[in-house]
Amino acid sequence: MTAREEVLGRIRAANAAAGHPPPPDVPRDYHRTGSHPAGAPELLALLRDRLVDYKATVLDAAADGVAEAVQIALTEVTGPVVVPPGLPAGWWPDGLAATRVTDDGLSPADLDATAAVLTGCAAACAVTGTIALDGSPDQGRRAITLVPDVHVCVVRAEQVVETVPESSPRWIRRARSRSSADRRPRATSSWSGWRACTARAR
Amino acid sequence: MTTFLGVPAPRGVGHLRGEHSFPDAARGALADSQLRRNLGHATHTIRGKRASVVGELDDWEQLRLAGSALKAATMARLDEHLERLEREVTARGGTVHWARDANEANAIVTRLVQETGETEVVKVKSMATQEIGLNEALETAGIEAHETDLAELIVQLGGDLPSHILVPAIHRNRAEIREIFLREMPGVDPELTAEPRRLAMAARAHLRERFLRAKVAISGANFAVADTGTLLVVESEGNGRMCLTLPETLITVMGIEKVVPTWQDLEVFLQLLPRSSTGERMNPYTSAWTGVTPGDGPQTFHLVLLDNGRTAALADELGRSALHCIKCSACLNVCPVYERTGGHAYGSVYPGPIGAVLSPQLTGVEDNASLPYASTLCGACFDACPVRIDIPSLLVKLRARHVDEQRARTVPSAEAIAMAAASWVMSSPARFAAAEKVSRAGRLLGRRTGGIAALPPPLSAWTASRDAPRPPAETFREWWARERGGAS
Ligand code: SF4
Repeated sequence: MTAREEVLGRIRAANAAAGHPPPPDVPRDYHRTGSHPAGAPELLALLRDRLVDYKATVLDAAADGVAEAVQIALTEVTGPVVVPPGLPAGWWPDGLAATRVTDDGLSPADLDATAAVLTGCAAACAVTGTIALDGSPDQGRRAITLVPDVHVCVVRAEQVVETVPESSPRWIRRARSRSSADRRPRATSSWSGWRACTARAR
Repeated sequence: MTTFLGVPAPRGVGHLRGEHSFPDAARGALADSQLRRNLGHATHTIRGKRASVVGELDDWEQLRLAGSALKAATMARLDEHLERLEREVTARGGTVHWARDANEANAIVTRLVQETGETEVVKVKSMATQEIGLNEALETAGIEAHETDLAELIVQLGGDLPSHILVPAIHRNRAEIREIFLREMPGVDPELTAEPRRLAMAARAHLRERFLRAKVAISGANFAVADTGTLLVVESEGNGRMCLTLPETLITVMGIEKVVPTWQDLEVFLQLLPRSSTGERMNPYTSAWTGVTPGDGPQTFHLVLLDNGRTAALADELGRSALHCIKCSACLNVCPVYERTGGHAYGSVYPGPIGAVLSPQLTGVEDNASLPYASTLCGACFDACPVRIDIPSLLVKLRARHVDEQRARTVPSAEAIAMAAASWVMSSPARFAAAEKVSRAGRLLGRRTGGIAALPPPLSAWTASRDAPRPPAETFREWWARERGGAS
């Protein structure tokens, strides 16, 4: 017998020995939604609070002011800045002195030589202060947001939801086919001197 | 009693059994006042944080009920969920392996590492790989395993054993950690201070270089979603995420009970786990991956599904609920026994209240016979448990089983008789409520020192080497009745 057959057989025998306990119905009467719609000013304020609490820097920007905010966020960065191949047009600040490196499968050592990364995100959860990335073209590979010291992450207002149950479906889409991840920007270490930049779409 | 007794985790491999019985091991720990101070400080801090973030959610009880039902529902169809998980992982480019026990899992992982030609691996903190003694098995095969979790690193460098599920070095204080670093880390700054930030930076510098050159990583998993084939690891430091992202090959060893049926179920557990474990609204890093994504992350992925005694626990109608544990460690942090003895006294990688019910079930009670007695049955663990595992009832049941087995063998010991009486009391709610009231009389005994120096038998064996805390003025049940008007 293969280990597979044996383990599955043991599970069936164990469930039988325990009297075939029927699967109970799962009560889902916890809050599935919050009290504000995605992007509500209350949620942006709460998210900002949480992010600041985790030692991130938060900047507000109008939809056409992303590049300007990114420029401010990257002021003190002197080394190269890596960006995903699908970085939306209009996000990169033209006046920036730092070199822009578009990721084309950089090795860990190449990434180690970059100083910052600029990406978008998949969703943000205000209650927990969590930003989720799912590997979409505006976020790129997981490695690029992991190695550089500074991460400038553009969060669109409509991506900000209140609760965990509202946020998790937003990062499953690509989890089906790609590595997905969520992370909380915080400056606890020299690796993740995060800055977050909130771009308000009007 | 059932006829199917299952196959316990094998002897002679892994870390589910201690060398000494709990009372013997605890005696040494209790004599170590530094250890007691470190533990007391750490558990109090985590307890306070947990209470405040749990208090923020007015649907906490609904989440606990959902979590508990989800786990029970998963166990009832565990075979189907695992088969689904296997299908989805395989369809997305991963390879699934099955391991009956620790020896088989160690052999599979060793072979997989050898096939890559590497002799070094980086490791994400994982209970399952500690349980099976993977590092030792790899070492025997000439493969060096580097722990990357900060606390795990401290334990490894200190030539030590972990003593807590989440904070394995909880028994060490900052000055001790500094000494370990100075002694064991090549190239560390000799001026290193015991400031936590400086210690963390030294560890990161030590690890970063390792992450960048690692070719193989080994991890555990907190959850595996059957219907998408997605694996998840939650952590605080981001070191795990480095291991899950940068190497070329990833090998994940996961206990079969970690599967959840659907992605939606995560919305429950991703709320219950971080708030219960580290007292955070969300853990700083949650990494999820589904098979292999071309060009992004490890390009070879192996998933090893581990039994190692779990099906033996599953065969017990009551005991199977110990498999619902999401390893948050809240029950350790609230346990008056753990707070004083620390994790090593339990002898197993799973210490504290959950360890006292899980370890004997994985190994068979005879191999961990003293653990079910390592509790005052105060009930704090049940109240803290995010998936509502009724640990006190399970302990009583295991004691009764141990007593029965002893009775079958020999004339009962005094301990056995006392424990059988305790289980008679605990098995009826009315008798239990009455006994709780009696225990309140203990407050009078403990009034002067805040602790009780000697308890009546059978607990006298316990208090011989430790002070029992004074029972609360109001028992939990009374408080609950008062606060909730008798609704439960
Ligand atoms: S038994 Fe409950 S409280 Fe204890 S570690 Fe497991 S899930 Fe957490």
